[in-house]
Formats: sequence, C-alpha cells, structure tokens
Amino acid sequence: MKVYIPGPLCSYTREANSVNAAGASIGELLEDLDRRYPGIRFRIINEQDEIRRHIRIFVNGDQVAGLSAPLRRGDEVMIVCALSGG
Amino acid sequence: MPAPQPTRARRGKSKLCLLIATRKGMFLLRDAGDRRSWRLAGPHFLGHIVHHVVLDPRDRRTLLVAARTGHLGPTVFRSLDLGKTWKEAGRPPAFPKAETPEAKREVDHVFWLTPGHASEPDAWYAGTSPKGLFRSADGGMTWEGVAGFNENPLREKWAAGPQDGTPDGPKMHSILIDPRDARHMYIGMSSGGVFETRDQGRSWQPLNQGCRADFLPDPYPEYGHDPHCVRLHPLQPDRLYQQNHCGIYRIERAEGRWVRIGEAMPKKVGDIGFPLVLHPRDPDTLWVFPMDGTSVWPRVSPEGKPAAYVSRNAGRSWQRLDRGLPREQAWWTVKRQAMCADTQEPVGIYFGTTSGEVWGSVDEGKRFTCLARHLPEIYALESAET
Repeated sequence: MKVYIPGPLCSYTREANSVNAAGASIGELLEDLDRRYPGIRFRIINEQDEIRRHIRIFVNGDQVAGLSAPLRRGDEVMIVCALSGG
Repeated sequence: MPAPQPTRARRGKSKLCLLIATRKGMFLLRDAGDRRSWRLAGPHFLGHIVHHVVLDPRDRRTLLVAARTGHLGPTVFRSLDLGKTWKEAGRPPAFPKAETPEAKREVDHVFWLTPGHASEPDAWYAGTSPKGLFRSADGGMTWEGVAGFNENPLREKWAAGPQDGTPDGPKMHSILIDPRDARHMYIGMSSGGVFETRDQGRSWQPLNQGCRADFLPDPYPEYGHDPHCVRLHPLQPDRLYQQNHCGIYRIERAEGRWVRIGEAMPKKVGDIGFPLVLHPRDPDTLWVFPMDGTSVWPRVSPEGKPAAYVSRNAGRSWQRLDRGLPREQAWWTVKRQAMCADTQEPVGIYFGTTSGEVWGSVDEGKRFTCLARHLPEIYALESAET
C-alpha cells in the first residue's frame, strides 16, 4: 500500500515522498518500511513502541493511536510531522 | 594497563579541526596550518539538533555525531573518513521495552559521546537524556544499555526524575575512563552527582563527598548534586576537577573529598559556569568560563562582560582572560561541552557561544580572536587533530 513520507524522513527513502510497503497493521507496515529503509522506524516510533510525540499517522485520513491499528489492502497511510515549535 | 603517557605537543604535520555541534547542525572549522587562518565547512545534518561531535583519538579518522531533530527520534551517525560520508547507527541508544507503564523510559537525545579505552579500539560510550549510559562495541553502529547503571535498583534514587535536570532535560555527561584501567570509569549526572565504577559499569558508587548541593534540604548529601562538567587529567588520573552548579572543585583521590577551588575566584564574578578545560600536559592548569548564576540564573556572562579564567596552580589562584573579547553588552555564555584545548605549543583554547560565535586563542588565553560567527547556538566544540 502507499505510504506518504514527511519531508524530514525523505533522506531515508532516497527523497521519495511516497513509497510502497506492506503489513496487516501499522506495526507490521513500519517493520516493512524499516527493512526497506533502515533506521526510519526508530525515528517515528520510540523504544516503547509508541508513536513519537511530534509524529502523527493517518490511515485513509483518520488518525490512528498506535501500532495495533489494522490495515487493509488499498489503504493509504500518511506519516506526518506534527506542527510544533517556532 | 600501560601507564599514561604525556600528550606531546603536536607540530607541523598535524591538522587541526574544530568540531562544532549546534542546535541546527554540525560544522567543521579547519585550520590552514598556523592556527590563524580557518575555513568553515558545513553544515552537515542541517536542521538536526547536534549535541556532540567527537573524533576517535585512537584512529584519528572516525567521527561520531549525536543528533536528533525537533520531530524525529534520536540517533548516532558515524563517519570513517573525517566527515566525507556518513552512516547511521543500526541500533541507536534506546532503553529496553518496559513491562509496565510506570517503567517506560524513552531516550530523548544522546547528549555525550566518549571514545573507549585505548585497549578497546571499537568501544564507545554514550550518555543520554533522560539519564542513561550506553556502550557500543562496534565503533558506534549498535548500542547496548549498561545494565549495571540503567537497570540498577538504585538508579531512580541516584538519577531521580525528569524534574531533576536542566531546562533541556536531565543529562548523563562527563563519561571519563581511567587511562590506566578500562574498568575504572566516572560519570556525571545533572542532577545526580558524580559516580564511579571499578568494574566497567557493573556497580557504581557516588563520589560527592565535600561537594555542596545548596538546592537540596541537606546541602551535603551522598548524591543528588549537579556537576556541570567533570574532567580527569590523563597524566594524573587520581585528580579530577569539576565545574559544579555550586562552584569549582578539585579532588585528589587519596584525600577522598572535593575541595572548592572556586573560592579564590573574584567575588563579583563568582565560580558558577559550565565548561572546564584542562591543559594537555600540565595537570595544574585549567580554564573555566564563568556565567551569571545569581538570582534566577540568567546564564549569561556576568554583567555582559565575557571572560575565561585560568588557574596555573590547581585552583589556588585565578587570572582573568578577556583580551580580544567584547568589553561590554555581550550577553552570551558557553555551554558545558563548548570549550576545549588543542595539544599544540602553546596550547590553543577555543570556545563556542550560545550566540553562535567561535572564539580561539593560540597563546593559552592571553588573547582571543573570533574565528567564526553567525552560526546557530553552539552546543559543543571539540578540538580534533588528524
């Protein structure tokens, strides 16, 4: 399925702002992303398997709360760096 | 282990480079050969918050960088070719997955990097915020927690919680390794105090006797102090110095107590500050950079008049060094990792400011000149000779 990558993470995806990855949940999808683009998962997800404070993940436009959120074939996943700072 | 050898003055072929870690990336300031002409290169990792950049003195080629961004998690980058190419750590420092919500810990940033003992060429240590100690055995590519500290049942008492830290979070810093013994190490915690291990991190003992903690109910506790920067002299490893929240201190291990050597500083300047730098060949000579630690802790140069101070007798007396520096209305200061010395003769002293300037002196602080300006806020400055 299609995954939209925010600008700060495009250095991992060779500057692609959308890539393909697979998984039946957000957790599995991020594992697959990390296999394809090593290092990307830890910058999104902390060591307690929580989405980092300034990251948001949307599936088909709806924000998900954690790694267990299910995915279906054809879903669109968007990873967003939340607006913060100044 | 071999006895420590004097750090010889390096001349001629050695190339000097200042490694500048800033709030917005990393820069390199390269000396043309005479320490008077400098060329700025960078930024590397533009937009990353870089807390520390360190050259491995064992091979003089490997650089490690502690980085994160405002949005993304912390990581470590390594270069094996002096910054031409970089590779990210496959497993950056991270706490173990917790079994209960109360036990959850998350590395916010890697704050401090220390190359391991000369006998362990691929070993590195990292200190994090919140306070954690990590070790790499493969040159910085994968990191494991030092369980003797991170999982120690007393760790919560020693390191306390998130409120026991700096405005930018609690820090593990000043990871020092005894050049005579890879198993003998020190750490500093802001706050928490100075701790020591003699078994390479399996067990730890506080080392704070004689040091004041005037912000606690008991001003002389066993731990809970706020060392800002601790230094060990390689030629005299049983002597340590520290710039503490409560003054400048020295300890001779045989005596077993910290002694406040900052009492000899001018009263109107005081002995509060963050960095402390040692002379590479003279254990009696050290430099500090005082800041205003009165009232609400403005963390600027006292009265807007920045100056370094040097002692050449292990802290018995101090001399002000401000020639070349702004004489007034200069409201910057120098963070704990942002002052360093080179090993040349005479010794060069360098510091980076919170306002993004790099200053240097090629005569041990008698006169400073501005080497770079308009950089982002400088978090750390290390001298590297290749």
